[in-house]
Amino acid sequence: MRILFSALTMACLTFGAQAQEKVITIASTTSTQDSGLFNHLLPAFKAKTGIDVKVIAQGTGQALDTARRGDADVVFVHAKSAEEKFLAEGFGVKRFDVMYNDFVLVGAASDPAGIKGSRDIVASLKAVHAKTAPFVSRGDKSGTHVAELALWKEAGLDPAAAKADWYKEIGQGMGAALNTAKAMGAYVLSDRGTWISFKGKDDLIIAVEGDTKLFNQYGVMLVNPAKHPHVKADLGQAFVDYVISAEGQKVIADYKIEGQQLFFPNAGK
Amino acid sequence: MMEGSGALDLVLSGDPALYAIVRLSLVVSLSAVALAALIGVPLGGLIALTRFPGRAGVIVLLNAFMGLPPVVVGLAAFLLLSRSGPLGSWGLLFTPTAMVIAQAALITPIIAALTRQSVEDLWSEYRDELNAMGVGPLNRLLTLLYDARIALVTVLLAGFGRAAAEVGAVMIVGGNINGFTRVMTTAIALETSKGDLALAMGLGFILIAIVFAINASAWALRYYAERRIG
Repeated sequence: MRILFSALTMACLTFGAQAQEKVITIASTTSTQDSGLFNHLLPAFKAKTGIDVKVIAQGTGQALDTARRGDADVVFVHAKSAEEKFLAEGFGVKRFDVMYNDFVLVGAASDPAGIKGSRDIVASLKAVHAKTAPFVSRGDKSGTHVAELALWKEAGLDPAAAKADWYKEIGQGMGAALNTAKAMGAYVLSDRGTWISFKGKDDLIIAVEGDTKLFNQYGVMLVNPAKHPHVKADLGQAFVDYVISAEGQKVIADYKIEGQQLFFPNAGK
Repeated sequence: MMEGSGALDLVLSGDPALYAIVRLSLVVSLSAVALAALIGVPLGGLIALTRFPGRAGVIVLLNAFMGLPPVVVGLAAFLLLSRSGPLGSWGLLFTPTAMVIAQAALITPIIAALTRQSVEDLWSEYRDELNAMGVGPLNRLLTLLYDARIALVTVLLAGFGRAAAEVGAVMIVGGNINGFTRVMTTAIALETSKGDLALAMGLGFILIAIVFAINASAWALRYYAERRIG
């Protein structure tokens, strides 16, 4: 019993010490975390400002909801329509473009829909539909899911509503979706950052890339202190200012995996 | 966070990030067991020794709650602790304290239900003796809990095993924040989602080894304690 109590005491001490420091909570996306960008960006931010950042990595929809409940100081996500709704509801102060990368349509090397090398995402999705090739959807209201649904809409198709059996909504993060697509030999829409850093590619390849419709914009917003008075407005604003500053933008541009740049800064452009 | 794959490499590399995760897992789950024991052991003993209307219903409910889904407990704790929830002003969401609370809520029914069973078995054995000696209710409870202490070690281990193994509750209330609320199970989930299945499996083996080590020490403790008592 004594051991348990000392563990409890130790726990209290550990947690108590954390509360004293300058620290903010950011609700962000699995793509920024899984791609490793935060491991690169946050130490530079800490060195500059002394502020520790706690990142909750969720899908964009869930991240915005976390902020709506007042459980984060800053949101850093990628679904402009959802972000503008969040702003219109008064939960955000102001939205800033930060950077972009792009989506790629990933699939098995056997390429059952015969779309490998295409630069036309809409035509490719039509081909997937026509061949009823397996397709994995995030199905979790994430930024990638929102983008995928918009592309299907543009193709004039709605496999989710049709409950087509080749279309699998898995309700999980990007990495899990890639794992599932690999196991099923299915196509899946992925952000390029997560794809490049994903370690279990095996026979997965990029089938479609380079279409301007695959553009993926990230934005950052301070959660509105008028809605949630406990929001650390000064520290949160410092993060927003940093990522859109010339210095922060350079740190983002410098992040590379295997020589490939993952995110392209475009704040204020 | 870590280079290379495989459990052995990880342990040998002495990665401080890995040790921090292991340490937090132990601190959170052991704290949860301590908290749950403070509530569950007296509660289980009390139910074992008292008779009241609806007692059977309480026992069935307690036994059923041993199977509470962690993700539901996590969600309930999340709704309570979120800034928009009733306890939001405490600012506990996404902290290790929130994880302790959620795990304690998860395992308190397990500890209470198993304690009740152990104490009730002893009670039926010693009832006549204790009655004849005129031992009062509080002393009865303390005597029987003391007598059941070795069985209670197993009860606490069952609680610890459940707490250390669950991922649903700590993921929701902790948020899997790197260096702050990331524990073994959420790290395994994360590495799986990043496609590094070898590293995820390596972490899994480390978790299993830790749970095994704790159970082995408890078994040894129990073995020697029993021999000493004779």
